[in-house]
Amino acid sequence: MSSATPVGHGLAAPNAAVGMSQPPRSASAPGPPLWLLLELTYRCPLHCVFCYNPTDFANTGQELGTGDWIRVLRQARALGAVQLGLSGGEPLAREDLEPIVAQAHTLGFYINLITSGIGMTEARIRALKAAGLDHIQLSFQDSTRELNDFLSSTRTFELKSQVAGLIRQHGYPMVLNVVLHRLNIDHVGEILEMAEAMGAQYVELANTQYYGWAWLNREHLLPSRAQLERAEAATRRFRERVGNRMQIYFVVPDYFETRPKACMSGLGSVFLAVAPDGTALPCHAARMLPGLQLPNVRDSDIRAIWYDSPAFNRFRGEAWMKEPCRSCPERARDFGGCRCQAYLLTGDADNADPVCDLSPYHHRVTEAVARAEQTAAAATGGVREQALVFRDHRISIAVVPGDPVRRR
Amino acid sequence: MSDIPGSAKPAIAHGMRLQWEPAQEAHVLLYPEGMVRLNSSAGAILSRCDGVRTLADIVTDLERTYSIAGLTGDVTAFVALALDKHWLELRQ
Ligand code: SF4
Ligand code: SF4
Repeated sequence: MSSATPVGHGLAAPNAAVGMSQPPRSASAPGPPLWLLLELTYRCPLHCVFCYNPTDFANTGQELGTGDWIRVLRQARALGAVQLGLSGGEPLAREDLEPIVAQAHTLGFYINLITSGIGMTEARIRALKAAGLDHIQLSFQDSTRELNDFLSSTRTFELKSQVAGLIRQHGYPMVLNVVLHRLNIDHVGEILEMAEAMGAQYVELANTQYYGWAWLNREHLLPSRAQLERAEAATRRFRERVGNRMQIYFVVPDYFETRPKACMSGLGSVFLAVAPDGTALPCHAARMLPGLQLPNVRDSDIRAIWYDSPAFNRFRGEAWMKEPCRSCPERARDFGGCRCQAYLLTGDADNADPVCDLSPYHHRVTEAVARAEQTAAAATGGVREQALVFRDHRISIAVVPGDPVRRR
Repeated sequence: MSDIPGSAKPAIAHGMRLQWEPAQEAHVLLYPEGMVRLNSSAGAILSRCDGVRTLADIVTDLERTYSIAGLTGDVTAFVALALDKHWLELRQ
């Protein structure tokens, strides 16, 4: 549960809900885009039918070239961006990944590669290390099938183990990320044991976020409360056994909460994503929000996109909020929750995230949970093929509380 | 954890990176998918943890730099906290 806890105490879990100790935001003076995510490509050798990429990705514009990505890196770094995520698709599908990493390293980014491991070889991992890559996150992101393969020790597991071995051998910190839902959450104990066998230092067990296909399949993917409790108990037992040799972040599906997550400290506060075609996004799911004119890095520089574009200013400050958030004393802590969830469940992106029990739409969440409890009892035969999950990119930012050195 | 000997040599833990960020006017600790922005005191301590200097050296240096006496307790407590959070590790 650690990552569901607000980070007010300065303990920053690698994937925790964003820290609350950010200085207060104001629309007039946003801070820098500290966390830059480049989705380098939609291409992926896995060809998962139910991949999380937009279903119309074949129609999205051409991928940016090496020079474009490097320009984006320079511009963002000049504004103060420092955490860099390289994802996709499968970022290893880009042959220019190494020069992009090298440039980012020279600029001073901390570079995270988010990969399925497919396409990783000894030669490439060596070249990436030499280029300055800091960390590799091995993700089980694509489908239930992939995870089932993993659990039943078939080809995928062999491949992941090999890549895990390479990651360890080359001295990278290793994070294993597994997206949980009803169909796999009962295997949390086995997943953790496999992670231990692979030598992972961090494991993220992130429950599915309900957007896109996962939203459509919500009733079949939401775990039951009993499943959730069992999974938490299994995690606790595992933690007791391994101690702090391995850090485990268990992210509860927010449908079971009564307060929403703090969403990146609010849209336009710390996070900037760039899609393969150059579209700049204040949140990786923001394409769904109606009326947002998303800028493109081919047409504007990052400074103009971050500070001046209507899309990035749309949810800054508090002026956009409606009741009950507008007058709520907690609004500086959770910023009204997730805009995408507000839009999906209430039809209005300016409403409170209905996970909040102060929202007049909260019953839509509790009803979904209740329906899920009912269908959980039924067989889920053909459902798994529809499962599609979004990876959730979060960053934790915290300030060390107190002043360890007294000053006069 | 808080009785770390003065002879211990704290270093930034493997996989962590400490750097000065002009945009934030602060030292930050970077690690997989996360960042801790350090206040000036924490930055002053961690930037001296190079795995070569002992805790006692670091305290002496800080006391001299900031013209304050008696920092051993506070610095040791912070180093203990940083060890606990895996920001630091001890070298031989
Ligand atoms: S009403 Fe809005 S601001 Fe208040 S707790 Fe709920 S979501 Fe957060
Ligand atoms: S999906 Fe929701 S919570 Fe996540 S970044 Fe977007 S708006 Fe925030």
